[in-house]
Amino acid sequence: MRHERPDPDELLKRVQGDEEKSARGRLKVFLGASAGVGKTYAMLSEAHEQKDRGVDVICGYVETHRRKETEALLQNLEILPLKEIDHRGVKLREFDLDGALARHPEFILVDELAHTNAPGSRHPKRYQDVEELLQAGINVYTTLNIQHLESLNDVVGQITGVVVRETIPDSIVERADDLELIDIPPEALQQRLREGKVYQPDRVDKALEGFFRKGNLIALRELSLRRMADRVDAQMQTYRSEASIKELWPTKERVVVCIAPNDLATRVVRTAARMGAATHAEMIAVYVESDRQTHRPPEEQRQAQEALRLAERLGMETVASSGHDIVGEIVRIARERNATRIVVGKPIKARWREILFGSVVDELVRRSKELDVLVITAEAEKERPARTASATPRKKTRGFAEAVAVNVVTTGLCYFLAPHVSIANLIMVYLVGVAFVATRNGLEESALASILSVAAFDFFFVPPLYTFAVRDTQYLLTFVIMLSVALLISGLALRLRYEVLSSRERERRSAVLYALSRDLAKTRSRREIAAIAAREVGNLFGGEVAVLVADDSRQLEVLARSASHFEESPTEQIVAKWVLDKAEKAGAGTDTLPNATALYFPLRAARGTVGAIGIKDDKALDAQQVNLLETFANSLALAIERTQLAKESHTARLAAEAERMRNILLNSVSHDLRTPLTVIGGAASTLMMREGNSEELAKTIFEETERMNRHVQNLLDMTRLEARTINPNLGWSSIEELVGSALAQTDKLLEDRKIQTFIPPAMQLILVDEMLVEKALVNLLENAARHTGPKTPIDIRVSRPSDRVRIEVSDRGPGLAPGEEEKIFDKFYQAGGKADSGFGLGLAIVRSVAEAHGGRAWAENRAGGGASFYLELAASTEAPEVPFE
Amino acid sequence: MKAETTILIIDDETAIRRFLRASLDESEFRLLEAADGREGLRLTATGKPDVVLLDLGLPDIDGTRVAIEIREWSEVPIIVLSAREHEQDKVKALDAGADDYITKPFGMAELLARIRVALRHSKKSPSEPIFRAGDLEVDLAAHVVRRAGEEVHLTRNEYGLLAALVKYAGKVVTHRQLLTEVWGGAYADESHYLRVYMGQLRHKLEADPTRPKLLTTEPGVGYRLKTE
Repeated sequence: MRHERPDPDELLKRVQGDEEKSARGRLKVFLGASAGVGKTYAMLSEAHEQKDRGVDVICGYVETHRRKETEALLQNLEILPLKEIDHRGVKLREFDLDGALARHPEFILVDELAHTNAPGSRHPKRYQDVEELLQAGINVYTTLNIQHLESLNDVVGQITGVVVRETIPDSIVERADDLELIDIPPEALQQRLREGKVYQPDRVDKALEGFFRKGNLIALRELSLRRMADRVDAQMQTYRSEASIKELWPTKERVVVCIAPNDLATRVVRTAARMGAATHAEMIAVYVESDRQTHRPPEEQRQAQEALRLAERLGMETVASSGHDIVGEIVRIARERNATRIVVGKPIKARWREILFGSVVDELVRRSKELDVLVITAEAEKERPARTASATPRKKTRGFAEAVAVNVVTTGLCYFLAPHVSIANLIMVYLVGVAFVATRNGLEESALASILSVAAFDFFFVPPLYTFAVRDTQYLLTFVIMLSVALLISGLALRLRYEVLSSRERERRSAVLYALSRDLAKTRSRREIAAIAAREVGNLFGGEVAVLVADDSRQLEVLARSASHFEESPTEQIVAKWVLDKAEKAGAGTDTLPNATALYFPLRAARGTVGAIGIKDDKALDAQQVNLLETFANSLALAIERTQLAKESHTARLAAEAERMRNILLNSVSHDLRTPLTVIGGAASTLMMREGNSEELAKTIFEETERMNRHVQNLLDMTRLEARTINPNLGWSSIEELVGSALAQTDKLLEDRKIQTFIPPAMQLILVDEMLVEKALVNLLENAARHTGPKTPIDIRVSRPSDRVRIEVSDRGPGLAPGEEEKIFDKFYQAGGKADSGFGLGLAIVRSVAEAHGGRAWAENRAGGGASFYLELAASTEAPEVPFE
Repeated sequence: MKAETTILIIDDETAIRRFLRASLDESEFRLLEAADGREGLRLTATGKPDVVLLDLGLPDIDGTRVAIEIREWSEVPIIVLSAREHEQDKVKALDAGADDYITKPFGMAELLARIRVALRHSKKSPSEPIFRAGDLEVDLAAHVVRRAGEEVHLTRNEYGLLAALVKYAGKVVTHRQLLTEVWGGAYADESHYLRVYMGQLRHKLEADPTRPKLLTTEPGVGYRLKTE
C-alpha cells in the first residue's frame, strides 16, 4: 500500500525536471543500428520541414560521407562555418561551438554525437558541446549509432569483434527529449552498400565481409530495437506515474554496485548499468578503500578510480568510503540506503587461494542476509601484475635493511643470553625483534624479519649448531609455530599501525574542517574568507590553491592563493569560468578541459555557484580527497554567499529607506503646493463668474494659477522619472485616444490653431504607459504652442518605422537655432534664453518618457520652416485579439 | 437646483473648505464640513447631504475606505477630489462606489457641472426613452442610434458600450465598470476590448475621432459621455 500515491519527493523531482527541461533546449537523437541506415538523411529531412514552417534552423556540423541524396538536402540550409584547429601542423576542421552559441539559432544540426573532438577543443567530446548548446537553450538534432552507447560498448565488442573507442554516456540519450530510431532491415542495408550508397565502391566488399556481416547487422538491430522498446516502456512508466495509476506503481529499486580495485571493476559497472536501465533502479556505486589497498599496485588503484568515473558518467551516484572491514562497510551502506540488491564482481582465483584467504564475495553473501547479491564473474583471470612496490623503492630497501639489522642485533643479544637461559626464551627475544620491524614497516619487511629470525634461531641456537640441519625433529614444530606467531604479530602490528594512521588522518581532516567552519563563521569579508580557505586547503592537501570568487557581473577574481603564484593563464581562466557557469568540476584529471594545469571545484551555494576553487598538485587526488574537497568547497561557498546576502540586505534596506523618504517628500510637496493653488484658482474662478469689473483680473489669476500648476506638475513628474519610481505601467492604449486626450488637455493653449493628425488606420493599440505618453504628448504640444505664433498650424503624425512607434509633432514656427537640437532636451534649458516659460522641464520629461519605453526623443528643423519633434517608443503593437462580432 | 441642496465637504484643509464655503452660493446650497473621515461618516448619517465632496488624503482613514463605508448604507452621490498623479487612487475610489471625481486644482464652473450631473442621477427621474446630446440621439427602447437625424448602424457590443455610457451620462465610468457592464465580470481586465470598441464608436459618432466632443477620455481612469 506504500505506493498508492506518488510521494512528495518524487513529485518535486518531476516538477524540477520539468522546469529544467523547459529552460533547456530540446535534444532529438536519430538513432541507428549502424552506419548507412539513413540517420543524417532523416535529420536533414526534418530540418527542412522545420525550415518550411519558418523555424530558424542551421547546420552546425553535417557529415554527408559524399552521399548524393544527403548532399542535395544540404542545399538551402544555412551552414555554420567550421572552425579550423591547428594540431601539430595538421589543420583539423571541427564544429564551431562558440560560433553556434553566438549565432544562437532555434534549432541546430550536429551530426555524430559520439565524435571525439580534436585536441585543443573546449571539450574532449562532442556530446559535451551538445550539452552546452542545450544549456544555452538551443534545440539540437543529432545522430548516433547504437554501438557508441557506453553501456553497450562491450556487448557490441563481443558481437562484432570491433571495439569502439568513441563512447557516450547513456544518460545523454536517456535525457534526450525525442529519440527516433531509423530502422531498415539488414538485407536492405546490405543492398544499399552494394549500390555504393554508403561507402565508396572500392570499400564495399571489405565492409560486407567485416562489420556489415548479416549476423552483425541483425544483432545490432536487435540491440537498437530493444533500447527503443525500453524507452517506450519508460515513457509508459512516466505516464503511469503522472496519471497516478495505482496498480502498477513500481517500487523503486536501489542497487549497490561494489567497485573493487581490479580489472573487473569497469565490467561490473557496465553490466550493472544495463541491468539498472532495464529495471529503472537507482544505482549507487560504492568503493571502499581499505588498508589492504595500501599494498596494492597503483595500477589497480587507478582501475578503481576509472570504474568510479565510469559509474558517474553512466549516471550513478558514487560513494567513496574507507574502513578495514570492506564487507561490513558495503553492507552498512546498502542498509543505510535501503538497497534491494548488491552487485559484485568476482575474479576467478585459484581454488587454494580462496580456501586459504577466503573471498570478499562469499563473505558478502553470508553477511548481507536478506539482500540479494548478484555476482558477475570474469571471463578469465588476467595475469596479475607483479606486486611492485607500493612505497618508493628506496624506502623499501631501507625497510629490508632494517629487518636484517634488527635480526643481527637480536641474534647478538641471544648469543650472550644463550648460556644463561633456556632455548625457548630466545624465541621470545626474536619475536620482540619481529614486532619492532612490523610496527615500522610493511608486510613484506616484517615477513622477511620473521623468516630471518627462524633461520638465525635454527642456525645459531638449535643443535647441531652453525648448520640449518636439525637433530631433534621436535624443533621443526617449534619453527612452524615460531614463524606463524611472528607472521601473526606482523599482521596485527601492521593493522594497528594502519588504524592509528587512518584515525589520525580522519582526526586531522575533521579538525581542519572544524577549524575552517569556525574561522569562516567569524569572518565577515570575502577576501578574508578566501584567504582562510586557501591556507587551510593548502595545508591539508598540499599543492597550490587559488580561490576565485565571481563579482556581480559573473567575472571571476582571484581573491586568495596559497602559494606565491598561481598561473593565471587564459586557459586557466576559461576553465574556472566554465566551472562557475556549469557548476561542475573540471580541469586536470577530469574529462572536461583536461588541458588545464589545475583541478577546479565549483563553489555551490543555495542560490547558485559563487566561484571556484582551484588546486594544482603533482599527484592526482584520490576519491576521498575529492569528497573532502567538495565538502570544503560547500562550506566555503555558503560562507561567501552569506557575505553576499548580508551586503544585499544592507543595500536593499538603504534603497527602501531612500525610496520611503523620497515618497514622503514627493507627497508632501505635491500636497503642500497643490492646496494653495486649488484655493487661489478656485477662488479666482468664483470671482470670474460674478458680475463686476474685476472679471479680467480674476481671469488672469486663474490662468496664471493653472500655468503654475503645470510647472509644479512637471517638476513632480521629472523628480519621479529621475528616481525611476515611475516604472512604466504598461497597458494597451489606443494611439488615437492618446493623441485625442493630449489635444483635449491643451485645448485652451492651442485655441484656434489648425491641428492636423495623421494616424495610420491599421495602427490602433500600442503597449505603453498611458499616463506617461499622454504627458509627453501634452508637453510636446505645449512646447509647440509656446514657441510659435498664434494661428500657425501644428501637425501630428504617427508612423511605425520597423518595430517602433514614432509620434511626430511639427510646427511652422521659427525653427531651432543651430546646435540647439540636443540642448533643448536638457533639464532647465530655456530655448532662446526666454525666462518666462517655466523650468525648462517639458522636453526633458519627453526624453525621459521615451527612455522609460526603451525609445528616444529628438528634434530637427523642418523643410519649409518650423521644427519637428519626435517621440519614438519601442512599444509592441501586437495586441491580443479582440473577437469579432 | 431650485430647492436648497445640502453639500458635505470632507477635507482636512481649512483653506479649501473656506474657499468652497465662499464660492458655493448660499441661496442654493447648505454646507456641512468635516475635517476627517470619521466626522465625515457621522455627518453623512446625520446631516442627510445630497452630495458628498470627498478628499482622498484624509488624516485618519483612507478616503476610499470612507467611500466604501458610505456605500454600505447610502446611495448619496460622492465626488472625489484628488491630484492628477493619483489616478490609481481615483480608480479605486470610483470602483468602490464613488460617482465622479474632479482633479485639483479645479475651477468652480467645472465643480458645479459635476454636482449638477450627480444630483440629476440621484433624483432617479424615470429615465427618458430617448437620450439626446449634441447631434446624437439614442432611442433606448427601439435600440436605434441617430446622428444628425441619420440612423447609424452599430454592432451589438458598440451599442452595449454606448448604452452603458448613456446610463451614466455626464459621469465618469471606469474601464472596469464598462467592461463588466458590456462583456461581463470575467472580462474586467481586458481593457484592450474597450480601446478597440471605443475607437470604432468614435469613428461612427464623432465628427473628428481624434478630438472627440462627446465620448471623451479620462486618462488612466475611464470614459465620460459629455452631456453639455
